[in-house]
Amino acid sequence: MQPTISSEKDLRGPLVNPDQVELRDLDEAVDEPDRVVPGIEFRDVYLSFDDRQILNGISFTVRRGETKLILGRSGGGKSTIIRLILGLLKPDAGQILIDGEDITPYTEQEMMPVRQKIGMVFQEGALFDSLSVYENVAYRLREQGVDEDEIGQEVRRMLQFVALEDAIEKMPIELSGGMRRRVGIARALIGDPQIVLFDEPTAGLDPPTARTICELAIKLRDLQDVSSIFVTHEMNNLRYLSSEYAVIDEQGHVVFEKEGEKLCLINTEVIMLRDGEIVFSGSDEQLQSCRDPYIQRFIHGK
Amino acid sequence: MNPVTKFLFELQEVGLLLWGVLTGLFRKPRYLDEVIKQMDLIGVGSLPIVLLTGFFTGGVLILQTFPTLQYYGIHSEAGRSVAVSLIRELGPVLTALMVSGRIGSAISAELGSMVVSQQIDAMRALGTDPVKKLVAPRVIALIVMLPLLTVAADIFGIIGGGVIASYIFDQDQNVFITSVRNGITSNDLIGGLIKPFFFGMVIGGISCHKGLSTTGGTVGVGLSTINAVVLSSIWVIIFDFFLAKAIQSILGVGII
Repeated sequence: MQPTISSEKDLRGPLVNPDQVELRDLDEAVDEPDRVVPGIEFRDVYLSFDDRQILNGISFTVRRGETKLILGRSGGGKSTIIRLILGLLKPDAGQILIDGEDITPYTEQEMMPVRQKIGMVFQEGALFDSLSVYENVAYRLREQGVDEDEIGQEVRRMLQFVALEDAIEKMPIELSGGMRRRVGIARALIGDPQIVLFDEPTAGLDPPTARTICELAIKLRDLQDVSSIFVTHEMNNLRYLSSEYAVIDEQGHVVFEKEGEKLCLINTEVIMLRDGEIVFSGSDEQLQSCRDPYIQRFIHGK
Repeated sequence: MNPVTKFLFELQEVGLLLWGVLTGLFRKPRYLDEVIKQMDLIGVGSLPIVLLTGFFTGGVLILQTFPTLQYYGIHSEAGRSVAVSLIRELGPVLTALMVSGRIGSAISAELGSMVVSQQIDAMRALGTDPVKKLVAPRVIALIVMLPLLTVAADIFGIIGGGVIASYIFDQDQNVFITSVRNGITSNDLIGGLIKPFFFGMVIGGISCHKGLSTTGGTVGVGLSTINAVVLSSIWVIIFDFFLAKAIQSILGVGII
């Protein structure tokens, strides 16, 4: 069976050769009723701080295995959306659904189980600087009271995923910015959350490190079926995420392929925010061909 | 916001924080190791400065009052004067002030930097309640350790007074000790131990609240540290007055 693109497949991302990877039967996946329920859904969300309107009627959905890139200028409410999903903020009006569950009326206590399903990568990593890299990554599992042996295994697996096994005993202060960001990713991904939120994960990093972080996001999307939101204002990230996909080759290595004749990526969409409103929503091709002068200026930086 | 509204708002925030600590005691998970770590930091760590403060306060009390007492011919009661003022007032208040300077600043600076570096958000995002994990252990450790530190300060203060009385004013040690023992009642001791219990809540509540409500980067951390120390010191002194009044009416302490 060759990787093909079909209307059904869009729910699960680009296909890899099914002989090599453990994937459930496609039809079965499509029949699963809970796949129809979006991972994240915003319904007409409003939020203001004092007299400043931050979000003005935002609605969008992120399906399973889909990556939503949120573009917009700094201070345009991008990070606010992420904080709303985690319940760190509450909207003034509207509903936010996680896995079909309306979290808007939830108290801090009720939010805790919801947050366990979500991994969050913070702008500057936000590592606990009194804890070592190991303890940082292990944090979530320790809080859940998981057995220490199992935690050790998982931590090593996650650090391998972000290629930082050597840093396991270090303190966050000894790491470079890019390494800290990657530890942040490992910490967010432990426990295999089905929703991962990236808050400008590449801001202030050199291009190769930024590229690595995009590759991690692509791997999550294509190989692990994770729904994610990727907040950024860097166009490079958009290019990588919307034109490349990860597959596992015959040797079992992960390789990145360019979107082309063989496959067209439809599990990545772009939203652009301006003054708390969505001014664009669609694929990156649509974004490129959009005539709106504001969007053109944003894309080309002039 | 006008000052009255702001005051009431802050009062509400501190109250809610302490309420969160109280209700959190009955819910899992409990961070016992964290509490013990804080007790070590707050209690054992503050012991040297508290002992020094106590010792020299007791000493200076005798140094200043002994000549006056001698003038009236009641210098045999010097021990009583130092013991009563230390146990009722100076012990609890000075200990609380020293601890609010040392620990209040540490708490608000630590929590404040965690806020500005998004560590508190990260903690919440990873499913941990910062009130339970960070605030409760500190407040509990303060409430438990402050009375103990106060007792240590009281004892060292009385020793300091005794040392000065016998070495500078050549008073017989037995006279001093007898006057101390005759001077203090069990109600004095109870009153002197109720106060630090409340002071612990005041320092813990204000410092944690100030730390967690930090805004505006590193400058904000500095500001909230200042606020934490200043406000907790002032409120310790204000609380002390009202507690003294309440203890006087309830236990009859200090009414001769």
